[in-house]
Amino acid sequence: MNALADGEARVRLEDVYLSVRERAIFHGLSCRFPRGKISVILGGSGAGKSTLLRMIGGLARPQRGVVAVAGVEVSRLPERELYEVRHRIGMLFQHGALLDSMSVFDNVALPLREHTDLTAKDIASEVERRLAAVGLAGTGAMFPRELSGGMLRRAALARAIVADPEIVLCDEPFSGLDPINVRRIEKLFTTLNRQLGLTLLITSHHIPSSLRMADQIVFLIDGTAISGSPKDLRHHADERVAGFFAAELDADAAGDDA
Amino acid sequence: MNAIQDLGLRTVNLVVHLGRLTAFVVQIAQNAVRPPWRVQRFVDEIYDVGVLSLAIVCLSGATVGAVLGLQGYVTLSRFGAETSLGAVVGLSLVRELGPVLTALLVTGRAGSAMAAEIASMVVTEQLDGLRMMSVDPVDFVVKPKALAMLTAMPMLNALFIVFALFGGYLVGVTLLGVDGGSYISSMENAIDFENDVAGTLLKSVIFGALVGMIATYRGYTSAPTSAGVSAATTGTVVTGSVSILLFDYVITALWGVS
Amino acid sequence: MQPSPVRDLIVGLFVALGLAAIAYLSIQVGGVGYAGRGGLKLVAEFDQIGGLKPRAPVSVAGVTVGQVRKIELDDQLRARVTLEVDKSLALPTDSSAAIHTEGLLGDQYVALEPGGADDLLKDGDEIEFTESALSVERLIGKFVHNSGIEPDAEKTGKTAKAGKSPADEQAEEE
Repeated sequence: MNALADGEARVRLEDVYLSVRERAIFHGLSCRFPRGKISVILGGSGAGKSTLLRMIGGLARPQRGVVAVAGVEVSRLPERELYEVRHRIGMLFQHGALLDSMSVFDNVALPLREHTDLTAKDIASEVERRLAAVGLAGTGAMFPRELSGGMLRRAALARAIVADPEIVLCDEPFSGLDPINVRRIEKLFTTLNRQLGLTLLITSHHIPSSLRMADQIVFLIDGTAISGSPKDLRHHADERVAGFFAAELDADAAGDDA
Repeated sequence: MNAIQDLGLRTVNLVVHLGRLTAFVVQIAQNAVRPPWRVQRFVDEIYDVGVLSLAIVCLSGATVGAVLGLQGYVTLSRFGAETSLGAVVGLSLVRELGPVLTALLVTGRAGSAMAAEIASMVVTEQLDGLRMMSVDPVDFVVKPKALAMLTAMPMLNALFIVFALFGGYLVGVTLLGVDGGSYISSMENAIDFENDVAGTLLKSVIFGALVGMIATYRGYTSAPTSAGVSAATTGTVVTGSVSILLFDYVITALWGVS
Repeated sequence: MQPSPVRDLIVGLFVALGLAAIAYLSIQVGGVGYAGRGGLKLVAEFDQIGGLKPRAPVSVAGVTVGQVRKIELDDQLRARVTLEVDKSLALPTDSSAAIHTEGLLGDQYVALEPGGADDLLKDGDEIEFTESALSVERLIGKFVHNSGIEPDAEKTGKTAKAGKSPADEQAEEE
């Protein structure tokens, strides 16, 4: 993958250092996420995939370095100003993070109720449209605890995109899902990307789906990042990278056969 | 040496927590005086704090009143002063037992639940989810809860006292044969608005604020683990109860016992 | 949150109940409403009020007609008691006020004794004839002096106090 022009990158990290309780997670991490592309962030557990997303969302702050989202440096912004930047971001948490005291409908409607002046009727039709888009039409009255893992993930995705963000951060959207649900969510991602031009950042350790949908892969290792197209990384000179793909693919093949 | 170090560390920790608690309360107060008002959420919290505590508060009130009636009668009848039973029961309830016992009951019943709910929202990333939707969790989750505690406490206190007065009446008048008229009139003559009723209301408002802020603070700052949830719950009950008793003494001393 | 009218209704009931309880404690038990009723205010000065407190009842012929509003000390170090009684009460100007005790150990109250004058007391008027609270100790002292037993020994006084309490009560009633 070619070096990106600065304007092309919707999210840019430059020389980021972050440690938690003296354990270094990132030291000198730099990477870019291009506009309108699907980027998959790979790496072993504890490599800091979730932390990277949280940092982009302003939930975690690096000790040093630059985190620029849509041209705004977020790592030093006070909370109030972060809220402005977050209007451009939707985030899908690993376990959905839907408010369990509210129905699915109210969860998805929340960003609209908080930040727009839409009438109740407009909100209702918008929410229904989004729920239908993720294949959950008619589940609005249900509560998050009544949904299965895959449905929960899709409901959370509906909430993440309901306010029309430019960038969607997805934390482990495939973990704990059966192959059918993985395919379904994967398809949702590619549709969103193609139809709405969303910039998607997805953390995963599910290699086959990553290879299928990624425009760019960012591989986190030893506190830094190695980026490239899926093909580049699969046959990367660095043995650790190529080895990760090989091991995961083998494991997956065995799993699928079983 | 270790014990001294430990003590020093604990003291520093306590001061740090006091500082953070103050900042937290200022944040709640700032959110409380500006829109959105979140009336529906406030009403729902009143339901959790007030309505769901009603049964235990009223039952405890009636029981405490009955015991006071019985004990007071036994003591007073030695001096032939049974007619002052209303004054004894009424004064001890209005000045001390009402506000203190109600606050302790509410801490155990609603305060702990409040802390546990917020703490589990921390674990399941629901608060982070709100932040990513540019919704301030202090405004959306904490504010309605703290204000509901502040509002419901004086009402529960008044209901506790009324039920206790009734319990005392039941035992003293119906069971032990004290004259009903003198029970009521000695109570009404002994209790005075400025010294007693205003004092009980002030106490319960302060206790409500105290419990509301301790419960929400403990929940909000809990560690994102199961142990964090239980620590927040226990911490709320322990810290809450101790501060209620401490503040009760301080308020009584400042208010002046006449 | 799911709009739930039933829940809102219950919360409304709870708040109404809570406010009613607060109002009951303040107005009925605490007596805060009495001040606003604007009854007839009368002033009486006493040498000694004993244990009289604000909100103590004021009665005429045993019927409660009002309350003690305020107790303060005036320039001559006498107790100045403000009473508030029913507006409709027609009290002659030469009425008198006395501080009595309900039973032996009970609370103290102000008893008004109507006089015979034609003019009536108006708002803010002073009741001139007053009878102070009886001090049991002083009574005993008087009794001891009058009956010829000199206070040569404190002991005798104490014996008298213990032995003659029925007499005190009688004296009080007279």
